[in-house]
Amino acid sequence: MERPRIHIGWLYPEYMNLYGDRGNIIVLTQRSRWHGLDPVVTQVRLGETADFRQFDLLMMGGGQDREQALIAEDFMKVKGNSLAEAIEDGLAVLAVCGGYQMLGKYFKTHTGEMIRFTGILDLWTEGGQKRMIGNCIIESDLFGGTRTIVGFENHSGRTYLGKGLRPLGRVVKGYGNNGSDRTEGVIYKNTVGTYLHGAILPKNPHLADWLIQRALDRRYGGEVKIGRLNDDLEMRAHEAIIARFGK
Amino acid sequence: MNLRSRLAVWVGKGVVTATRMAGRGGTSLPGAVARKVDPDLLRNLAAQPREGVVAVTGTNGKTTTAKMLSSIFEAAGYGVAHNRAGANLIAGLTTAFIQAAGWTGRVDRTVGLMEIDEATMPRACQEIRPRAVVVTNFFRDQLDRFGELEHTVELVARGLDHLAAGGRAVLNADDPNCARLGARKGVEPLYYGLEADTASLCAPSQTADARHCVQCGHPYDYSALHYAHLGKYQCPQCGHRRPEPQVYADRLWDVDARGSSFHLVTPAGDCDVRLQIPGLYNVYNALAAAAGAVALGLPLSVIQKGLEATTSQFGRMERIAIGDRQVFMALVKNPAGFDSVIQTVMQAEARKNLVIAINDQYADGTDISWLWDVDFEALAGHQDEINFVICTGQRAEDMAVRLKYAGLDVAKLSIEKDPALAVKQGLRYIQPGDLLYILPTYTAMLQIRGLIARQGHTKKYWEV
Repeated sequence: MERPRIHIGWLYPEYMNLYGDRGNIIVLTQRSRWHGLDPVVTQVRLGETADFRQFDLLMMGGGQDREQALIAEDFMKVKGNSLAEAIEDGLAVLAVCGGYQMLGKYFKTHTGEMIRFTGILDLWTEGGQKRMIGNCIIESDLFGGTRTIVGFENHSGRTYLGKGLRPLGRVVKGYGNNGSDRTEGVIYKNTVGTYLHGAILPKNPHLADWLIQRALDRRYGGEVKIGRLNDDLEMRAHEAIIARFGK
Repeated sequence: MNLRSRLAVWVGKGVVTATRMAGRGGTSLPGAVARKVDPDLLRNLAAQPREGVVAVTGTNGKTTTAKMLSSIFEAAGYGVAHNRAGANLIAGLTTAFIQAAGWTGRVDRTVGLMEIDEATMPRACQEIRPRAVVVTNFFRDQLDRFGELEHTVELVARGLDHLAAGGRAVLNADDPNCARLGARKGVEPLYYGLEADTASLCAPSQTADARHCVQCGHPYDYSALHYAHLGKYQCPQCGHRRPEPQVYADRLWDVDARGSSFHLVTPAGDCDVRLQIPGLYNVYNALAAAAGAVALGLPLSVIQKGLEATTSQFGRMERIAIGDRQVFMALVKNPAGFDSVIQTVMQAEARKNLVIAINDQYADGTDISWLWDVDFEALAGHQDEINFVICTGQRAEDMAVRLKYAGLDVAKLSIEKDPALAVKQGLRYIQPGDLLYILPTYTAMLQIRGLIARQGHTKKYWEV
């Protein structure tokens, strides 16, 4: 039988690959293979137009501040509207740090400069003086029961969610969205926004598989179900973080 | 020398003795204590060497470049005040000068040679007033400490504002971030770079820190790409381009696991150089050191002699015999450096036995996500040549996961959290005459180094 295809998009790979977010692409493709799927990765670069509905899964990483304005301009001009439609349509998205902020309405730097985005989701970000850096542990109800998600955050932006939006999880250790309301990330339909690097997926295989399954459900209408892989090594790395920093 | 500085030297020397008696390296504490006695101490000591002070900074290759410069200075008959133990923050620099000073506070050395951490550059240069600053390159390194690459470049630029009168900035022409420092107001640059064809020597790397124009953000066109983002670049949009280097290598040959040969061209003439340290990035370090020496007006024969006499820097890349087995240790601290080490390891003929030791202390960088930017796929792609990989250190599990996803057979992978035990295990697994590769981050290297030293196999690190 032919292996079911999963089409993974990687937005601005040349800019938004700070803090090892490339690891998320490596994990999504490897796990897809191990699940018996046929992963195809397409990079979507600056200046290129794209119909995001053609993808099954999209990864957006973090970028350096210098490049944020450049990317914001391109995003507003040729990508934002198509991505908004795809997200409404149930596209599975993992947006990390700068990518997460870009799903919102704006980023206001601590010097008062406004970088506007298309506002796909009702969230916004304000720059702070102090960077929020360190290992981060959250609890999420995304997986039919509470599970932990671990990662490393490094951001000066404080993100706030509008009333209708659900956070990805509650902060157990670390700062999360803004360091004050104990929320971390956002979940909307099949889109996950988060500040967690690490990269996030290697040590959280349950999140990786959640994204893959959501992507398959949209594409194949529930006909393709993935099984369980041997994640002993991944969970050892996950538990090591909780044992060291969770107290 | 005023009384206060002299007192500070005495106190510093006392702390040096005390920490050594306690069996510790003591490379930072003496300087830190002495600075409490006299905050102007470093300024007063650094002003004394007749030939001034040379500073070496940048992400990769600082220690090796400084070691090469030290060797060149020795060939010139200079006495050198050098922070050779690699303590490169302000207290470490001060300690190095305290050790070079006599009890009267007089520094009887011809030249100072200071490896300086990028974040320490503004303050260090303000106090030291270097005659030359050699900048090796800028790669992503420990972003959790510095924030971002951009910020790191700015810190080094601010250091350049405090060059001594007539001082030179010695810059890597092939690294866009480094080369652009030459445009800073008041800076007189001396550029070095590679003019040789390296296409057959290196695989394109994943780590692209500056393949986009540092002026306008547009991707560069490269007519040659040597290593990571280093090469001959030009921006098709704004025209920013690589400056012509005055010190360069135009031919390379015999590039192998034992070293490399190259033809060195300088304004003072040209010659062949045989380096005893492997790796293309060490050719860059040699060019940086040569250019630093040119900036000080040293003759070519001395430069050649010094470069050829340089052997591996401890921990950065060295072989140690342990009984009938051999250890090859190479410090790993960021993607580009790790990629180079992997390339060097894979060049060897024999089957590979590895210990990879990843810690996440402050000095290692607390964020280990950079492991996902390292090209471990190059290692896993030749896994029939690999016997085993033992992952150790505080982040042993993360390292093991990274290798699993690179495609390495998990049967070849094991985790032993304690670096000392991991090395013992590795030595047990290999046969007499075999080589064990140990690839540690900084603090893991110190741990392993301590283990090996306690067994009497190598000099303690402050004696190197």
